[in-house]
Amino acid sequence: MTRPGLVLEVDDRTPPLLVHEGNGFRLEEFPRGTRVLYPPESLPAVPDVEAAITRALLEPIDSEPLPQLLFPGMRLTIAFDDISLALPQMAAPDIRQRIIEQVLTMAARAGVNDVELVAANALHRRMTAQELRTMLGERVFRSFYPQGKLTNHDAEDPAGMAHIGMTDHGEHVEINRRAAESDLLVYVNVNLVAMDGGHKSVPIGLTSYKSLKHHHNSHTMMRSRSFMDHKASAMHHSAWRMGRVLKDHLKIFQIETTLNNDCFPSTYAFLQKREWEWSIRDQASMLAARRGLSVAPASLKHRIFQGIRAPYGLTGVAAGEVEAVHDATLARVHRQQLVEVDGQSDVMVLGVPFIGPYNVNSTMNPILAACMGLGYYFNSYRGKPVVRQGGAVILYHPVEPAFNQLHHPSYVDFYDEVLSVSTDPAVIEAKFEEQYATDPWYVHLYRTSHAYHGVHPFYMWYWISHALDHCGDIVWVGGDRRAVERMGFRSASTLQDALAMVQGSVGASPSITYLHNPPHLIADVR
Amino acid sequence: MRALEIYRSAPRYVAARAAGGRMPGLLVGAMAPVRLVTRERPAPSGRGWAAARPRLSGICGSDLGVVTGSTSLYFSALSSMPFVPGHEVVAELLEDCEDLPRGTRVVVDPVLPCAARGLAEDGDPCVPCTAGTPNLCDRVTVGHLSPGLQTGFCRDTGGGWGEQLSVHRSQLHPVPDDLPDERAVLVEPLACAVHLARRAEVAPGDAVLVSGAGAVGLFAVLALRELTAAGSITVVAKHERQVALARAFGATDVVRPSAALGGVRRTTRAMKVSPSGPGAASGGLPEVLARTGAGRSAGAAEFLLGGVDVAVDCVGSTGSLDLALRATRAGGRVVLSGMPAPGADLSPVWFRELTLAGTYASRGDAFAVALRLAASAPLDGLVGGRYPLHRWREALDHAHSAGRLGTVKVCFDARDRS
Repeated sequence: MTRPGLVLEVDDRTPPLLVHEGNGFRLEEFPRGTRVLYPPESLPAVPDVEAAITRALLEPIDSEPLPQLLFPGMRLTIAFDDISLALPQMAAPDIRQRIIEQVLTMAARAGVNDVELVAANALHRRMTAQELRTMLGERVFRSFYPQGKLTNHDAEDPAGMAHIGMTDHGEHVEINRRAAESDLLVYVNVNLVAMDGGHKSVPIGLTSYKSLKHHHNSHTMMRSRSFMDHKASAMHHSAWRMGRVLKDHLKIFQIETTLNNDCFPSTYAFLQKREWEWSIRDQASMLAARRGLSVAPASLKHRIFQGIRAPYGLTGVAAGEVEAVHDATLARVHRQQLVEVDGQSDVMVLGVPFIGPYNVNSTMNPILAACMGLGYYFNSYRGKPVVRQGGAVILYHPVEPAFNQLHHPSYVDFYDEVLSVSTDPAVIEAKFEEQYATDPWYVHLYRTSHAYHGVHPFYMWYWISHALDHCGDIVWVGGDRRAVERMGFRSASTLQDALAMVQGSVGASPSITYLHNPPHLIADVR
Repeated sequence: MRALEIYRSAPRYVAARAAGGRMPGLLVGAMAPVRLVTRERPAPSGRGWAAARPRLSGICGSDLGVVTGSTSLYFSALSSMPFVPGHEVVAELLEDCEDLPRGTRVVVDPVLPCAARGLAEDGDPCVPCTAGTPNLCDRVTVGHLSPGLQTGFCRDTGGGWGEQLSVHRSQLHPVPDDLPDERAVLVEPLACAVHLARRAEVAPGDAVLVSGAGAVGLFAVLALRELTAAGSITVVAKHERQVALARAFGATDVVRPSAALGGVRRTTRAMKVSPSGPGAASGGLPEVLARTGAGRSAGAAEFLLGGVDVAVDCVGSTGSLDLALRATRAGGRVVLSGMPAPGADLSPVWFRELTLAGTYASRGDAFAVALRLAASAPLDGLVGGRYPLHRWREALDHAHSAGRLGTVKVCFDARDRS
């Protein structure tokens, strides 16, 4: 029996609690009375994944079964979520591989010859050949990649994009031309969090800057409350409008998958257990990890954490019409991740872990750390934020001003140039976004190397605009002071110092809530 | 009279050259080829000369170059030891000088061309002087003066770092009564900046890079903004006050040296190329090499395809010139304002067909324009240190660390005996 999420109130018997902080973790003693939100335990995995996939494809929701949509001579495009999901990366075989293999088998049986696969990376970096091979498996990779039929989406290829139309709000709908001109687009999704999937898949994953800027902007992000609830998110409203325009032009067969909370392998099992339930073995693992990490050079720690592969279990797979499928998906995500919380608190505490969507096989630079904490974790709520308006957020992360030059070239300039001028998302957007988005060098690196698009750091900063607007104080514990200051925040050495620093906005005895995350959770704040 | 004197000392020269750049503190100690002496008042023969008393005299980068032994030996033939340095001078005439009466406050154009050497009177001035470009005079080693490209490098004229110097009428520009000494002492470097702005040949809307934000760089920004229709002016500055001043003088962007190439690339939307390949992972041999002087001359550093229309090197270091060359677009112009150091990789000059232009001292109406600028520009507080001659060690130390200490110009006040 899976235990639901838990809200623990720290008392004298509560042991020190684990807090993630980049490529490491610490054990922190929280003040008595602190609420700690633990995600529900992992739901049981589907026992026969292959059978579940087959059933989803043959018994889709509000759609003909997949084999009936396949016919000889048709153009079939299979798009799939890129390497930004799942987090950490999924232990092989990846669920995308298993689904795509079945889709390809059905297509072959139907005599479909014109098949292409495209990673829906939007303005994310291109995946490397090795990453594609790992995600999709050797067989799929070797059948398509050498022929140029397994590619990354290129949002800057004028010939490769097709303008579909406009929404009734005047938003451009533009997607990958191959997908747009296919008889059928199959989209294979990994719905790690409630934010993903639905019309966020095709209208965002296969689109361009021209289309993205309608919802990836500071104004819309500010009004998205929260990203985990598409009905309350202005960004999702826009994506949904685009999706409905698309629906009139293109047949999309959406396949959405949901995962349980098994995001750490057995070596690191203690990372997803409740501390007072750690076994002797868990405690030994934790101590060994702490000792090892304390003496390991940064590069080794980076390799250790980036090498973690999550043994995620599949909790469900659904296929068919986009919105109907997504409703079923959300129900499963909520069952796995929702934690009921009674009211807001004055202070919210977060540990920013080693990985986020945009530093897979890469470096979590300060902007990504801010986005992970204040963009994703802060917004991981339904109803209202965990912290009250004007309250304080305290985050843990080293915030080292280190950048991966291959993946994040525009982040370097964003950090040096843009943040030194302003940290206000609206000001930044007005003054710099267009320059960065159209910078020919960034475009070149996005298209030919493995760089995130020039505008990408702006989107990271827009993600945090709701938190910036909502919170009275934001303090980083253990962060590089200069980097923290560059981003307009304050830094502290300890939790006690941080709490002292935020007294001005929350008083001397604030109510505190700590999000014990990952594994992922959504605070359902009542 | 008392004066600071640079004298010939091979051991000190070698020691300064070896250690000066790394341990500037040594330069103002026993190693410096500088001494405070009592010497004869300068009295050049020939018409048009008069005695003057320096009120303030600035310490220039070229003066520090001589002290530290970092100046090219090229210039050894163009000076005569021992000499009293100091060529940024506001002085007061101690006697009538042709039409200028005794007591007139003047600033000195330090160039010592044919006119000052008595060669114009004998009817055989050099071609540059005849052409109205006396700063390029071919006769700076002959005539009735000892060799010396400028006042402050010639043993016969004295210099601003003494209690008295000799000035020629052709060098003098009267200072308006309402222009304080602290501004007047900046007129000579401002005149150089005016000349620089003209030599830069900036077209309307051109993107300009100014590498360096010491006095030379800051005044270059000021002059470029005043005298040209430059578009963006990106300034490379190390220190906080330099950043603020560069912006106040008209820079559109101010970047740190480590971010300079990226800043120019962003401003000009150029493509950046790395010898290890575009977008390649960091840490390769070229990147390691690029951190060293040897690496730069081996062409290991990143560069731009595209870039600014005009780059001005106002530092004179290898790294600064190298940056200017790597950040300038094909067909662009690189202007050398600081005394150049050897070792820069000239590949871009060839491959990008760059025009390399020098700018030395000033000419024409540059002093008149500089006097106007000195009166109108926001220059208050730029003179951040005034020292009597006997505190020359502190003064040189201060000048050497001026940027770090937030100072733009350090001066000697030879009248001060406190």
